[in-house]
Amino acid sequence: MEALTGPLARLGRATVGALAGMGYAASLLVESLWFAVAGWRVGQPVRWRAVFEQMRQIGVDALPIVSLLAFTVGIMLGIQFIAALGEFGAQSQVVIAVAKSVTREFGALITAILVAGRSGSALAARIGSMSVSQEVDALAVIGIEPVRYLVAPALIAMLVMLPLLTVFADAVAIFGAALYSAPALDVTPTAYLLQTMALLDPGDIGQGLAKSAVFAVLITLIGVSTGFSVSGGAEGVGRATTRAVVLSICWIIIADMVFSFFLNR
Amino acid sequence: MNAAVPLIEVEKLEAWYGKRRILNGVDFRVDAGEIRVIMGGSGSGKSTLLRHMLGLNRPVSGTVRLFGKDIARASERDKLEVRKRIGVSFQGGALLTSLTVGENVALPLREHTALDESTIRIMSRLKLEVVNLGGFQDLMPAQLSGGMVKRAALARAIVMDPRLLFFDEPSAGLDPVVSAELDELILRLRDALRMTIVVVTHELESAFKIADTITVLDQGDVLMTGTVAEVRAAANERIQDLLNRRPREVQVDADEYLRRLTREDG
Repeated sequence: MEALTGPLARLGRATVGALAGMGYAASLLVESLWFAVAGWRVGQPVRWRAVFEQMRQIGVDALPIVSLLAFTVGIMLGIQFIAALGEFGAQSQVVIAVAKSVTREFGALITAILVAGRSGSALAARIGSMSVSQEVDALAVIGIEPVRYLVAPALIAMLVMLPLLTVFADAVAIFGAALYSAPALDVTPTAYLLQTMALLDPGDIGQGLAKSAVFAVLITLIGVSTGFSVSGGAEGVGRATTRAVVLSICWIIIADMVFSFFLNR
Repeated sequence: MNAAVPLIEVEKLEAWYGKRRILNGVDFRVDAGEIRVIMGGSGSGKSTLLRHMLGLNRPVSGTVRLFGKDIARASERDKLEVRKRIGVSFQGGALLTSLTVGENVALPLREHTALDESTIRIMSRLKLEVVNLGGFQDLMPAQLSGGMVKRAALARAIVMDPRLLFFDEPSAGLDPVVSAELDELILRLRDALRMTIVVVTHELESAFKIADTITVLDQGDVLMTGTVAEVRAAANERIQDLLNRRPREVQVDADEYLRRLTREDG
């Protein structure tokens, strides 16, 4: 009997735990949005300075690495599409293939995975070590709601910066593809880029942006909620950081698939 | 404030961690102007009692009232008003590591007052002078020694001139000289700023030096509340064990013992 009920009980506990985690994350989302809109009325305003600081850390500081990876992915897509479409003699379709796959898919995905690794983990580590050293308690007893002070600025900054980074990554990736593919297609890079502009419609970029907004919410909520639930000292902080990154990337990829399914029907 | 209303009033407070009961219906009150020491060994529930008084834990049953307000049921606005009138110095200091010492001390003023920047700077430096940390405002918390961190945390706790100050384990992890200095500082605060101070500690020497009254907690029960002399003279065996550093005699219940050993987890 034990052999049967044991795994069942574990499954049940894991399910309850996962549901509780999602509920907690959802309540953090609602609370931060509430503080952002109405916090100033109860003496808990979200500070612009904190938002800008987070925007710098999440967005501006990520520019070099996002450029590098987006450029590389652009070149990689150029190589693959020229090889694959060349088999059918359809090389001229490379431009549209790169343009659509970058704006709809890769720009948002690459950026989100990078930001999850950089900033999702940083949020989890920062809030985790703050809970361990009672700094979160200290904020609360000073009369500063930890969600308002720590979560809301990060959420707002992420919601602004991740879409911006995504547009930037789109541009850099297409530029990378142009540099590689233009000679192979016997056109100038400028002509390649102009053709891309002609082929893209706003809906393609909109699709990437919509995704990136969802990814922004996922990264922030997973980062902060794992951070707040840290227990067990420095080791716990390390575990939370890893957990935040792995969970964010899993959720990003799952959400991306679901989005692609519904947006391309 | 009406003198008849105690600053802190705890009634029949129960607290649980999982299946373990930490507080068994604790009653506790502190009147204005006294230094109350909550004393007890490890696991006596004193930190849990403190967390409930600060509103960090919600009581399972019973009430905690600060300044006559039930903080578990108060509105956000009322809770904020109460929190502006209390100061807390945590065991490890709990200074925000991303801010300088000066910014840490100024934080409550920045968040809760509309004072201009130069007034805030002067007021926070003034409080740093009170705790003998004048000139240290530009250092980061990581650059301070343990005793300095505690004093900086105390400066942050008193920067809003609270009527009620909580102090968690002032002498934990400090050498005897530094902890004696902190005790002096606590006495000075009460006399100079007329604060009501609640200190949680297991250090007997410092407890007897600073306390007006002492509450002794043991395994979730209040054993007694009285003056220093009354506690010293108490007949209760557990109190005397605590005062004389006698090890507890653990009563072994044979059935319970066997049950614990053989129980299957679930």
